[in-house]
Amino acid sequence: MSSLTNSTLDVHAIRQEFPVLHQHINGKPLVYFDNAATSQKPRVVIEALKQYYEQYNANIHRGAHHLAVRATEAYEQSREAARRFLNASSTDEILFVRGVTEAVNLVADCLSRSLLQEGDEVLISAMEHHSNIVPWQMACERTGATLKVIPVKENGELDTAQADALLSARTKVLSVVHISNALGSINPVKELIRKAKARGALTFIDGAQGAVHLPIDVQDLDCDFYAFSGHKVYAPTGIGVLYGRRSVLEKLPPYHGGGEMIKEVTFEKTTYNELPFKYEAGTPNIADAIALRYAIEFVEQIGKEAMLHHEQALLHYATDLVSRIDGLQVIGQAKEKAGILSFVIEGVHHHDIGVLLDNMGVAIRTGHHCTQPLMRCLGLEGTSRASFAVYNTPEEVERFAEALKKAANMLR
Amino acid sequence: MTIEEIQQEIAEDFALFDNWEDKYAYLIELGKQLPPMPEELKTEDKLVKGCQSKVWLHAYMKDGKLYFLADSDALIVKGIVSLLIKVLSGHKPEEIARANLHLIEDIGLKQHLSMTRANGLVSMIKHMKAYAEAVNSQP
Repeated sequence: MSSLTNSTLDVHAIRQEFPVLHQHINGKPLVYFDNAATSQKPRVVIEALKQYYEQYNANIHRGAHHLAVRATEAYEQSREAARRFLNASSTDEILFVRGVTEAVNLVADCLSRSLLQEGDEVLISAMEHHSNIVPWQMACERTGATLKVIPVKENGELDTAQADALLSARTKVLSVVHISNALGSINPVKELIRKAKARGALTFIDGAQGAVHLPIDVQDLDCDFYAFSGHKVYAPTGIGVLYGRRSVLEKLPPYHGGGEMIKEVTFEKTTYNELPFKYEAGTPNIADAIALRYAIEFVEQIGKEAMLHHEQALLHYATDLVSRIDGLQVIGQAKEKAGILSFVIEGVHHHDIGVLLDNMGVAIRTGHHCTQPLMRCLGLEGTSRASFAVYNTPEEVERFAEALKKAANMLR
Repeated sequence: MTIEEIQQEIAEDFALFDNWEDKYAYLIELGKQLPPMPEELKTEDKLVKGCQSKVWLHAYMKDGKLYFLADSDALIVKGIVSLLIKVLSGHKPEEIARANLHLIEDIGLKQHLSMTRANGLVSMIKHMKAYAEAVNSQP
């Protein structure tokens, strides 16, 4: 507990910024521990959406009137915030997408229409979310390339020795998750990127969990692509960012056609716009993109280091408390782990846990977490998962552990 | 008793509970008491797919009435399953097909049901009715 009270951030002040947290569910104050699925939104983000619609809603990049100029500026300021957030070298490398799923689809699709050929290999890991499996399977089906999978060790760490063995001159793409949403494992992506690069492969990092828990520097990582979803980083749903290395994006074909992505269209031929607009067809999600900036600034103000420290303190405290429950086994015991606690209780079904906890006002996630192949590898149907955010408190961890104990007793 | 009468009786039972804990403890108990479904019947084609828990459902006709056997790997779901069996099993197919099932709302589990993808219960009810309709439409 002492390490928690020494935390540098003022959780109670932070909580005040999140209106949704102050409510009762089934007669009990809400404990929201489903942050890996989506995080709650601070007032500044909600306010930014409201301001946009009330004061300067307009389509961007073409308008000659005041509102259009304001909206365009706000949209591009958000791109700059995202550039800073990932430390990309230029805003040309920051593409707005709906989220990580769209980002993977974009890259996999564009690569399948350019680089990937029969006999090539795409290397992913066994702990990928479905979003970082299915688009690559589709790309492989289309091109005749083969999907290879880096196994996961029993403790939930990536088997990096196997990764070495699987990487070859045939590997054209390595696409791995930065932090596992189901296990919390933080993968050694920098090392993997270095090795993949040495074989001439392109690298894609799924930062759905990574971007919210860790400081990200795409230049230091030296990856070709890095993607995150706004809604997990305290921003609205439907907006996300794909970082792409300029030299790669310039070579790739466009993804969707229409609107913003053109330079000139004739019925015979279309020339494409410059980066990043080449990849932003149609009217983008302007409001949510603008609000993303406020979420990024909110995170920057608190500081990623302080957030990580706080979330890991909650993780350790929660792990300690729940480990005292009979028959409970923590799934995912990687040495490097983010604020995600997955577990199973012997003889108790995760769905029953989820339902009973909900009745006690505690929101957690149960199931396979959209990582069915991983669950199969681990021999599990699913797990219960508590995941922490900057606004969670040690008191909430205690309430969660108490509720869990009670649920387990009711079910045995 | 008719399907409607059984539903009313169950709703009255549940009305006796004044807190969620007793209600769920009772459901869990019902789940535990559900007669086991023979393992050989728990085949892939008997599986009603839900996102979180598995439900197996088997139906058979006897003396002009339709009977159900079911099981689930989650206890609370199993409790609800046992209620559905209590209500629907052993009636004529045409009665089952046109039954108005309001039991789950009546006992205050609508919220549970609205987690539709989560538990496969909605699919289970659909399957039970589909069995009844299939039998019913046979010449």
